[in-house]
Amino acid sequence: MKKSYQSLEVNSTNNMKQVIYRNLTSKILYLGFILLFTFSTSLIAQEGDAANGKSLFNANCAACHKLDRDMTGPMLRNVEARLAEEEGLDRAWINAWIKNSAGLIKSGDTYANKVYNEWNQTAMTAFPQLSDQDISDILAYTAQPKPEPVVVNGGGGEVVSKEPGVGNNLILGALVVLFGLLALALILVRRTLNRFAEAKGLEVVKEKGTPIWKAFIQNQFLVLVSAIFLLLASGYFVYGYLMQVGVDQGYEPVQPIHYSHRIHAGDNAIDCKYCHSSARVSKHSGIPSLNICMNCHKAIANVAPETLAEGKEYGVDYDAEIQKLYDAVGWDGTGYTGESKPVKWIRIHNLPDFAYFNHSQHVSVAGVECQTCHGPVEEMEIMYQHAPLTMGWCINCHRETNVKVKDNEYYTKIHEELSKKYGVDQLTAAQMGGLECGKCHY
Amino acid sequence: MHINMKTSLKYSLALVILVGFVSCQKNSRPNYQYMPNMYESVGYEAYQESDAFANGIEAQLPAEGTIPRGDFMPYEIENTNAGYDYAKANLTNPLADPIPLDIVDSIKVDPNTPRVDYSVGGPLYSIYCGICHGAKGDGKGKLVQREKILGVPSYDDAGRAITTGSIYHVIYYGKNTMGSYANQLNEHERWQVVAYVEKLKADLEK
Repeated sequence: MKKSYQSLEVNSTNNMKQVIYRNLTSKILYLGFILLFTFSTSLIAQEGDAANGKSLFNANCAACHKLDRDMTGPMLRNVEARLAEEEGLDRAWINAWIKNSAGLIKSGDTYANKVYNEWNQTAMTAFPQLSDQDISDILAYTAQPKPEPVVVNGGGGEVVSKEPGVGNNLILGALVVLFGLLALALILVRRTLNRFAEAKGLEVVKEKGTPIWKAFIQNQFLVLVSAIFLLLASGYFVYGYLMQVGVDQGYEPVQPIHYSHRIHAGDNAIDCKYCHSSARVSKHSGIPSLNICMNCHKAIANVAPETLAEGKEYGVDYDAEIQKLYDAVGWDGTGYTGESKPVKWIRIHNLPDFAYFNHSQHVSVAGVECQTCHGPVEEMEIMYQHAPLTMGWCINCHRETNVKVKDNEYYTKIHEELSKKYGVDQLTAAQMGGLECGKCHY
Repeated sequence: MHINMKTSLKYSLALVILVGFVSCQKNSRPNYQYMPNMYESVGYEAYQESDAFANGIEAQLPAEGTIPRGDFMPYEIENTNAGYDYAKANLTNPLADPIPLDIVDSIKVDPNTPRVDYSVGGPLYSIYCGICHGAKGDGKGKLVQREKILGVPSYDDAGRAITTGSIYHVIYYGKNTMGSYANQLNEHERWQVVAYVEKLKADLEK
């Protein structure tokens, strides 16, 4: 929402005069308001300041109400006018409702009881701290006409996302043309040179020597050296190929719902363990159940316009992906329909069945950062396997990582004894038995 | 000329094979394995698809009435307005109580050993709550600042006047836009977080 106003402002900076004049008028307006404030508060209570109303609305009401969509509570665009027209209710009723809805319901007010029952008897929180002035500000904000930012944002987003693509294509095309011209020029040069030779009566003599492959076979030393070289090179490549069988580093499957770790863990800095909570306490770092998504996405049905524009760079419509989540979890915008279907996530990190790995042991006990093994997840638009997950990789980390023994009573005694045994100051995981076969294979 | 044709044919063949090898390496599908039956579990793996169950999912709900092993107490207050009011008025933090006598006898501790530990509740709070409610509990978490989620109240909100019981009840069931955190935090962790939230509330009211 906010961005749309900003982009409007950016657009309007082209005609600077208007902006300046508008600022001036608004400043005069503010001055006027302040003057009015000092003389008559009742007049102000009628008017209401929409800007202040917006911040109050966002702080107090937006948890349950949206302007144009029913959420936990009804949508509130033009609520004052609608209540006055449809129910004949005035500002006094609204004030009473906002400050203590439960009291109004108990007093037997007809419409209060009707709304309460229509919304499944969800009690609205009382807001005794809001003054009449605050409420009129909020109502002024809700009375603002609905902005139509779609066209502006759509246009702006496309321009932003298209520019780099067009630029890249242009550069590539230019390079292709350049190389084509170069090749053509070389051919032409060769042809003209030949023609010169012909014109001057020079015969281009082709010596009839031994063909190069015969000469090669005759030189036995060269044959030996190149045979050794070939054997070594092919050995190298065959070894490399065989060693990467079963290693899935870089594995990046297409998931049924496009989930961007970049947005969630990066931009919004949500802790890994918020969703993967079982990594703290269990062998598995579980795939989050969909109700964890819904903790936030009950309120977030559409992404911000700037996020949507970012999505175009990756060829993803984030709003459509959120809709996929709603379909899977059975959410119709205000409540659960009860018709859910499982999402077939594709598992990326697979250890072979004969290797044991426990997340809680690494996350909670050792305090290893998730990124140590999973890489820069907060930058990944599409999740991929960062580490090779081979035994050599595990062992290497166990050899290099010092055990965090500080302030850990469990390790105090064993640390002292083992340090004495190995004659070291800091113990690595390997020295505490992190290389024993039976730790991971049994 | 003849040889040239042949060598060029050979080169192009080698190139085709090379390109073939390279293009086979695709990141969207898993690599080959030497002995798949040593890699893949015979037993059911977590989240696996399986024909053994009617809906084809390995992860089944426990039978109705199942309780977890260990120190478990069912939460019997219902998720209704009346339940909320009851919890708000009556529920207290068991971690603030003295340790029950039978446990004191078995592990030989002082019954008044404090069990509320902010070093447990604090980190859990910052993982699960702070993202919206803010590190100080003032309702200005990262998601609120970025205007992703709006209307998160401060813990010292007068209209809500949260109490020990209401905090626990809301963590357990969720309320309005806030979801339930019963599956991310176990009973002990929930009470630790409740204690931490109360500390934040007290700090805000100072």
